[in-house]
Amino acid sequence: MTGQAKAGRPNQLLRNLNSKIASIPMILTALVIFLGGTAWTVVYSFTNSKLLPRLSFVGFDQYKRLWAAPRWIVSIENLAVYGVLSLIFSLVIGFVLAALMDQKIRFENTFRTIFLYPFALSFIVTGLVWQWVLNPEFGVQSVVRSLGWSSFTFDPLYTPEIVIYGILIAALWQGTGLVMCLMLAGLRGIDEDIWKAARVDGIPMWKTYLFIVIPMMRPVFITTLVIIASGIVKVYDLVVAQTSGGPGIASEVPAKYVYDYMFQAQNLGQGFAASTMMLITVAIIIIPWAYLEFGGRKRA
Amino acid sequence: MPDAIALKTADGRASGKSVSGPSGPKPKRVISPRNIMLYGTLFVAAAYYLLPLYVMIVTSLKGMPEIRLGNIFSPPVEITFEPWVKAWATACTGLNCDGLSRGFWNSVRITVPSVIGSIAIASVNGYALANWRFKGSELFFAILVVGAFIPYQVMIYPIVIVLREMGIYGTLTGLIIVHSIFGMPILTLLFRNYFASLPQELFKAARIDGAGFWQIFFKIMLPMSLPIFVVAMILQVTGIWNDFLFGVVFTRPEYYPMTVQLNNIVNSVQGVKEYNVNMAATILTGLVPLVVYFVSGRLFVRGIAAGAVKG
Repeated sequence: MTGQAKAGRPNQLLRNLNSKIASIPMILTALVIFLGGTAWTVVYSFTNSKLLPRLSFVGFDQYKRLWAAPRWIVSIENLAVYGVLSLIFSLVIGFVLAALMDQKIRFENTFRTIFLYPFALSFIVTGLVWQWVLNPEFGVQSVVRSLGWSSFTFDPLYTPEIVIYGILIAALWQGTGLVMCLMLAGLRGIDEDIWKAARVDGIPMWKTYLFIVIPMMRPVFITTLVIIASGIVKVYDLVVAQTSGGPGIASEVPAKYVYDYMFQAQNLGQGFAASTMMLITVAIIIIPWAYLEFGGRKRA
Repeated sequence: MPDAIALKTADGRASGKSVSGPSGPKPKRVISPRNIMLYGTLFVAAAYYLLPLYVMIVTSLKGMPEIRLGNIFSPPVEITFEPWVKAWATACTGLNCDGLSRGFWNSVRITVPSVIGSIAIASVNGYALANWRFKGSELFFAILVVGAFIPYQVMIYPIVIVLREMGIYGTLTGLIIVHSIFGMPILTLLFRNYFASLPQELFKAARIDGAGFWQIFFKIMLPMSLPIFVVAMILQVTGIWNDFLFGVVFTRPEYYPMTVQLNNIVNSVQGVKEYNVNMAATILTGLVPLVVYFVSGRLFVRGIAAGAVKG
């Protein structure tokens, strides 16, 4: 790669010119928006910008205020609960559904179509539908009560302690189809002979899954994990549609905190600090993965 | 055997029908415990996934009095299309009372150019990365792909400033540019991997015959890559149509896309809640991606798999 710069060659920049012209949008996006924009936000998170971004640095003040704000703490707690549970549930449900689908069943296409269609819908639609289904006056709660169980209480959207589970239910409905599809693709990639060998050895099916197939699907699991995890950090529209952060501040999430401080409370510095914290969260997820993925490939 | 004995003693009389065992080949049992478990679980899961869609449709076809009386799962006694008409043409958001139709046309005017623009840029770009690498091209590509994981919130404000400086903040043009930018990582990845998988001999033969960058792209690569363009289109149409954050940040209220307008209609605090209109509006908003999904079928799966599993 480096040996190309030989003496006598015409201008290096003009080599492969068309390709470079075609790549200008990518280069600009990568450098200006992704690198530049991120760096800009991180730098301005150390300023006391209010309505307009100003370069008057105040050190870590914004971060101190951020971590002292009850709303931010609630947002982080919600994100943690929501994140851990949605990771666990979507992986488990997605894998179980994929394993069931892999039993050479009939109507496989129909089932897949049904499991996956919510993924085509936006988070706004998802949030509004589940807002309606979980409506305490008309939804699931009232239906169960009208069946005779009059003390039945299931009102997640108006109960601060469990509101995040109401959001989780909607999120799982929307997202597990995708996990199922990825897992199914992974299962289909497993060699038939593995199954035959396991059967010959008399290993029960669940053991084969648990101790042979799942370890073999490690790359699929890791990719899925990264996709779900980076989606979790971004969760925003769903909360806006389903609860608008309420009741009170019980279902606030970091992405909403960022938006509200940047565009409504006109406290840019807080918004920048909060978004930088989001960036750090994603970096904690992505960097080990990128290291495993790309670092590992080089060694191989 | 022990069972039969137990039965006998318990009843005090033997069941007279002790015929010799079944003969002939063992019939293939369709209703085995395993199958009951398997299909039972699948049907329950399918019901969970279908339920909200069913509730949406049923609710949107009822009148408000019926909704207040009945439960949300019961089918409508009296089917009415009033809520649909109202949701489309007269539902209010703030001062405007022209329904979701405004948002629908805004979304169309956003989605069509964004899809074309992002695919045009990304396909050429992916082709350059696959066949015409230059010094640094892989590095820029790596930044682009890693950048796809950065939360949008981190980059929103700088983009607002750039668009404001260009004088297009709040307009459809600005939003279209933003969509084209953020569609780039995934689409470039998609096209790069696809073009890299095509036989290199074709490309080399064309080069020996003297074809250049654009000639090879338009005459050789494009005709061979229709499927991947369809996949990219599905990915972008659903993605851009479903977007909420960019719509709310980068446009003025009169240009709000359908998702933003839907949220404003349903979650507006003033007035009596009309659940049937809300559900009709929700279905209308979900209709475009749903149609794309049901029509495209396997290609949709391929699209998200391509989007999800990086090469």
